[in-house]
Amino acid sequence: MITIGTLIAIQAIAVCGLNVIVGYAGQISLGHAAFFGIGAYTAALFATKAGLSFWASLPIVIAISALIGLLLGLPSIRVREDFLAITTIGINFIVEAIFRYVPFFGGALGIGGIPKIAFYGVRLKGISFFILCLVFLFLVIGLCYWLKKSWASLACYAIREEEQAASTLGISPVKFKLLAFVIGTAIAGIGGSLYAHYMQFISAGDFSFPISVGFLSMLVLGGMGTLWGPVLGTLILGILPEIFRPLVDYRILLYTILLLIMIRFQPGGLLGEGSAMRRIFEPLLRVKR
Amino acid sequence: MQGLIEQLLNGIAMGSIYALVTLGLALVYGIMRILHVAHAAVYTVGAYAGLYIFHGTGNLFLAFIGAMVLCAIMGIIIERFLYYPLMKYPPFVPLIGSITVLLAIEEVCRLVAGPYIITFPAKLPFPEAHIGGIFISSTLMAVYCITASVLFILWYITTKTSLGLAMRATSQDISMASATGINSHMIVSITFIIGSAIAAIAGILVGIYYNQVYPTMGTVPAYKTLALIVVGGLGSVPGAVVASLLLGIGETILIGYANIPLPRDALAFIAMIGVLMWRSEGIMGSSR
Repeated sequence: MITIGTLIAIQAIAVCGLNVIVGYAGQISLGHAAFFGIGAYTAALFATKAGLSFWASLPIVIAISALIGLLLGLPSIRVREDFLAITTIGINFIVEAIFRYVPFFGGALGIGGIPKIAFYGVRLKGISFFILCLVFLFLVIGLCYWLKKSWASLACYAIREEEQAASTLGISPVKFKLLAFVIGTAIAGIGGSLYAHYMQFISAGDFSFPISVGFLSMLVLGGMGTLWGPVLGTLILGILPEIFRPLVDYRILLYTILLLIMIRFQPGGLLGEGSAMRRIFEPLLRVKR
Repeated sequence: MQGLIEQLLNGIAMGSIYALVTLGLALVYGIMRILHVAHAAVYTVGAYAGLYIFHGTGNLFLAFIGAMVLCAIMGIIIERFLYYPLMKYPPFVPLIGSITVLLAIEEVCRLVAGPYIITFPAKLPFPEAHIGGIFISSTLMAVYCITASVLFILWYITTKTSLGLAMRATSQDISMASATGINSHMIVSITFIIGSAIAAIAGILVGIYYNQVYPTMGTVPAYKTLALIVVGGLGSVPGAVVASLLLGIGETILIGYANIPLPRDALAFIAMIGVLMWRSEGIMGSSR
């Protein structure tokens, strides 16, 4: 249970990062697992080769993830919509291939022996690690909340809805798209770092394209651009496979079919505009006010 | 030199098969602006259907026809129940739906046929050829002939018939086409039928070419063909064919001669990002 909870919390952090890119700035990204992986591999390399602790390497991991996000974001701003979707798929495949085939990243064997996180000399495991992940998740949600209220979010929203109109108002689409990309990838880097220290062993397969699809479906399911949507989506898609576990062979099939039904009938997400949940809860909220 | 030519011939065969899969994707994108990832699932089903019909009847021709019909039906089902209702949403909603369909169909194939590789022991009735010491096997010959005839038929339909005219009109502007009295939903369905039937041919050809059929055979083509339609220019059918042939030849020769550390499947995407940086509308696309 704690394991599942911890993994869901870590994934929710990554999905929040994706939400900044896709939900706030409207830049479709199907390569988010690559940035999650870059965070995880950076943390793993610093921990095993340089012997840095989680806390010491965290700022470096965030900086490197953001920097790579900036570099890979540059080609992405030249293209839009479908081109962007395919470009990010490409980035994911290339990054995975580099992790898998370059010996520096451990090659096909991955990197093992990553130490657990220590907090004031106490090594965190089980429930305490879960709490640590929750703390980070709330920090990230706080950041998202602040972003949503800020001028940057307003600019991003304008770009998402009508790019040309926004740019005539003096909002630089390039600047804010890149900003969203950098913040989103930095958040993914935090998630990746936690993942590496939690699993203690990572390999290229953990960051392959299906994981990106998973992240995006969690986000779409929960409701893009909403604050709690990513968490809800991750929770649902994280728990479903566990419920289906007794079905062994039919588990993935049932999971995909359910996902398909949800996408088909609630394309705006469970918390998105015009969704069933909104229709039920909106009147209640209005009465409260 | 002889080795190079043989590599080249293999590359062209690879490229032809890519082209057959990519065609359907380019057709669908051209008309619906949807990235039809599930096309690769149709292709997997085509390979399995062909294999089973071949084992049942022993007739390869029947296997081709049966697989094409089955895949065409599958194409329509995907279009009617998933894409058409989701068309008004942002493009990534049908895209996620499509990827989910791909995963679901792969699971069905795995449950029905088992997770292992099945051989496809069919012999295609095409002549072998020896030209100046270079040997072309009957399988290679079949791949060339079938691809060429499919391309010719498709070219004929889209440019010389009134159906083709309606298809082109629908792909340019779906609501304008409806306004002129074209049943555009019908045209969309026909596009899916053509694309899916070609995918079935591609599936059987791949099965025979590599002599193996397995549930996840669609995974790599699913995303590689996406890169190919981008390189070709989104929605451009000739562009998709040229890009596929170039990639097939490029992959085979680079893997054979240059010792690069990356897997061949990453090549398509590297080429794609390069092309996007240089000419963001693709090699044969028109800038919209």
